[in-house]
Amino acid sequence: MEFVSPEGLRLDGRRPMEMRQIRAEIGAVSRADGSAVFEMGNTKVIAAVYGPREVQNRSQQINDQALVRCEYSMANFSTGDRMRKPKGDRRSTEISLVIRQTMEACILTHLMPRSQIDIFVQVLQADGGTRSACINAATLALADAGIPMCDLVTSCSAGYLNSTALLDLNYVEDSAGGPDVTVGILPKSEKVTLLQMDAKLPMDTFENVMQLAIEGCKAVATYIREVLLENTKQLEYRRGV
Amino acid sequence: MLQSKSFVRKTKQGKVVKVVREHYLRDDIYCGASSCKVCDSSGARLTSSASTILIVDTNVVLNQIDLLENQAIDEVVILSVVLEEVKNKNLAVYNRLRALCSNSMRKFFVFSNEYHRETYVKAMVGESPNDRNDRAIRVAAQWYQNHLGNATRVLLITNDRENKRKATEEGISAETVESYVKSLGQPGLLDLLVQPPSQDLGMEEVEDLRPSKRKIIYTEHKPMSEITAGLHRGIYHQGKLRVNRYNPFEAYVGSESIGDEIIIYGRPNMNRAFDGDIVAVELLPQDQWHEEKSLSIVDEEDDEEENVHLVPNSADDAPRVTNQMQGSVGDANAVLSRPSGRVVGVIKRNWHSYCGSLEPMPMPAGSGGVAHALFVSKDRRIPKIRIQTRQLGNLLDKRIVVAVDSWDCLSRYPSGHYVRTIGEIGDRDTESEVVLIENDIDNRPFASQILACLPPLPWSVSSEDLANPIRQDLRHVRVFSVDPPGCKDIDDALHCTALPDGNFEVGVRIEMTPEAEIISTRYTKSVIKSCAALSYVEAQARMDDSRLMDPLTADLRNMNALAKVMRQRRIDRGALTLASAEVKFQIDTETHDPLDIGMYQIREANQMVEEFMLAANVSVAAKILEHFPLCSLLRRHPSPTREMLEPLLRTAAAVGLNLDVSTSKALANSLDRAVGDDPYFNKLIRILATRCMTQAVYFCSGDLTPPEFCHYGLATPLYTHFTSPIRRYADVVVHRLLAASLGIYKLPGIFQDRPQLTSISDNLNYRHRNAQMASRSSVELHTLIYFRKRPTDTQARIVKIRSNGFIVFVPKFGIEGPVYLTGRGDKGSGEWLVDEQQQKVKKIDGSISYGVLQTVRIHMEVVEPQPNRPKLQLTLI
Repeated sequence: MEFVSPEGLRLDGRRPMEMRQIRAEIGAVSRADGSAVFEMGNTKVIAAVYGPREVQNRSQQINDQALVRCEYSMANFSTGDRMRKPKGDRRSTEISLVIRQTMEACILTHLMPRSQIDIFVQVLQADGGTRSACINAATLALADAGIPMCDLVTSCSAGYLNSTALLDLNYVEDSAGGPDVTVGILPKSEKVTLLQMDAKLPMDTFENVMQLAIEGCKAVATYIREVLLENTKQLEYRRGV
Repeated sequence: MLQSKSFVRKTKQGKVVKVVREHYLRDDIYCGASSCKVCDSSGARLTSSASTILIVDTNVVLNQIDLLENQAIDEVVILSVVLEEVKNKNLAVYNRLRALCSNSMRKFFVFSNEYHRETYVKAMVGESPNDRNDRAIRVAAQWYQNHLGNATRVLLITNDRENKRKATEEGISAETVESYVKSLGQPGLLDLLVQPPSQDLGMEEVEDLRPSKRKIIYTEHKPMSEITAGLHRGIYHQGKLRVNRYNPFEAYVGSESIGDEIIIYGRPNMNRAFDGDIVAVELLPQDQWHEEKSLSIVDEEDDEEENVHLVPNSADDAPRVTNQMQGSVGDANAVLSRPSGRVVGVIKRNWHSYCGSLEPMPMPAGSGGVAHALFVSKDRRIPKIRIQTRQLGNLLDKRIVVAVDSWDCLSRYPSGHYVRTIGEIGDRDTESEVVLIENDIDNRPFASQILACLPPLPWSVSSEDLANPIRQDLRHVRVFSVDPPGCKDIDDALHCTALPDGNFEVGVRIEMTPEAEIISTRYTKSVIKSCAALSYVEAQARMDDSRLMDPLTADLRNMNALAKVMRQRRIDRGALTLASAEVKFQIDTETHDPLDIGMYQIREANQMVEEFMLAANVSVAAKILEHFPLCSLLRRHPSPTREMLEPLLRTAAAVGLNLDVSTSKALANSLDRAVGDDPYFNKLIRILATRCMTQAVYFCSGDLTPPEFCHYGLATPLYTHFTSPIRRYADVVVHRLLAASLGIYKLPGIFQDRPQLTSISDNLNYRHRNAQMASRSSVELHTLIYFRKRPTDTQARIVKIRSNGFIVFVPKFGIEGPVYLTGRGDKGSGEWLVDEQQQKVKKIDGSISYGVLQTVRIHMEVVEPQPNRPKLQLTLI
């Protein structure tokens, strides 16, 4: 199948190096300590953060750092056909773990010993790149909750189809079966906290694809900073400073 | 950049799913005119001086692609909505259109109107997709006109009356194809036009005027919905129609639903289906199942006859006439077990263009230059095609290419249009080109981009190459090459050195013991210096001449000894020695006409070279598979099923031979034992055996499981082609794989992509088959030229029995063809009886009988029963 036309346009009209439209909103769940909605095109994810709070299960308590927990789920209505997926299936467990590890890398856990931070992410609408969207939403929610972090973590995916590196695959491109590289970085230090690919790629191609994904992450970071800044300004305004 | 969302409903396996997709509209899509000041003109294809820019409608592209491919049509904008529609309707046309758009010599520009902010059109409520697309085309045309201003005229070409009317209303200039082409003032172009079906009725004058034939009207094809329902309920059967090579009025449809082939007799039952079409077939009631007719080689209603053909090389191209008659012949209640049917609809057309010539006809007097003519394809399986031409006088003695457009159920022949002229009929170059075109062989010179990949000429081994540590210098080794005489691409270089420990180091760097056990293999790039370029004949002569004692000859003898051992071992493993009727021509150096035909002679030297090349191929196959288990290009030969070997077994049984076909080894052994009274008997049986097998094919190792890799004919678990990269692309691919496995080069990206490698191997197989077909037709062509001047009497062997004759094989020339027992005129086929069990045909009084594999004397000469279609006729003496 032709995913990039000879004119250089993808199926949805983007060019290979273009991301889908992104939108973020902070404070979607008022009960949570921090929350955010993050959209990448038609992929829509909501994240809520509780904590730092007392560890619920005492046996899990860690004495020198905070316990970070993450739960990922997909709403039943998130894909076109309504399907009841059992909670805790392998895919969700894996993504929960991935998100937890990625977020743990930026949270300053040693500042909050014997406490627990819960991150809940739910996919409201899925159209490819849910993993990246979840991480971006979680970052925003953590920032909203005021949890100390060394940097933001942002994530973006890139793929390789029709011998072209494509940024931010949507569902159609994702299900083409080509390689899908998800990268998460700490934009300030440009350190990689997440790198996933379940396919084979020649090394030099892989580097190109990964570089493209990193560019995507940086673009996401710029946008997230803007949103946070705007949000802070709003807070300032409300307090009447 | 604007974003909008398009909502599409899509059915998937009967389920209705709502699919929401994003659709980004952009403002960085340029118009492609180099004169445009607003747009970025780096990708512009349309020249600034153009006064008219054409925008074509989908149907124009679908029907008039031949016209678009003509140089006279240029400055065309192809809209993405048109491209998309064409892609969905006809992939072949889409590919041709894409080729046009990417051809830098042509001025075709693709405008992505669907992604342009100002030309994107959203479907209105109640608007059909077709109307929406038409509107999109008009909107784009309008945009172009506004964008380019009044200096350039944007012309919408459409044959849709409604679309044209609306366009004119909206102020867009629109024309039909006909009027546009007429305005160009090139009468030759008009021939390329596809005529709309409504004009077909004026063609009575070329219709066959025989009263009985005029009534023939085909039944209407069933609508697609009914076909689908019928297929579902099992009353219709779907399959690919294959027309009998020997008799164009008989076709087979291999149907999976009934697990047998359905025979279709006669054009009315074939109902306008072409060879290769995917059709839906309805079975006829059992009492209409024809008897025996399938056995005759010529259908009596036919005014055509069968050609003399070369021997088909395998079961792939011979029609599988496995006729199981129950009860003896002559039994009045004989029940035919083969179902026959009739075509009710064509699911997918296999129309393309065909080579042939016009049926000779007198020049019509003053009919405005337009003449209707009947085109006769070179391929007998294709019916005559009606075309309109304005250059009849020019075309009558030419080979031309014609494309099929439509086949109305009211007309006896399909209608088509002229595409191009190849050359004079009968001219050897023309006829050779016909062979190339018919087999889809591209004989254009390599493009400059391809040639640019090569080092400049004259090329010689440079000192850098020698200094390269990867390349091993083997110039001190006594290397020689053995190739066919007159061979330009010397590629079989070998050497053979006795090692101090008594082992031999051989040729393609394979170390061996004196018992030809391979001890170790080493793969390296090297530089060699050949000390002798031998032909097979010379090599053989050197080996046979006991006086010669020079080192080269000693090497040859050693190698030959090794080869014999290897060959024996291969045969012990069950490799088949198959025979094919390869023919060799001696060509006059001046006129290039064939002087003599003979069977290709195989010498020991050939076998010696072949043996080492096989060994090299097998070791390379193992090596690349070890390194790249998922993306190696290998070659396999599927084991034949028992059903495929059935014709061989029946023939063998008729001559009292019992063949064991359980394994390749058993078959090889029983073939060895099959020695008749004369020396040619064994070869003949082997030829028949070869024909029952399928052909060996290339494949990508990731697509199949290891047990399927095996090569039946060679009895090796792995095989590939490695030794002739100058003439086979497969070898080039394998060379790259091997180089990558040795770490010399990086593995090219395409190998990572399994679908791409699979498509490469599919293409290799397709090209390989076509090349074989082409070489066979070329031999056929030269055979005709040869026998035109020399009617010959010779010996032939009967290979197949039919009710009114038999098919003979002429060993001396490798020709196969029919011999008729009954004359063309008399229909007294009752005189002769066929005995299926015994494979004999007997005169009813028992006075004369012919059995299979029997030797007969025949007379061969070239006759031309139909103009422009000479053929070789064989008659019994």
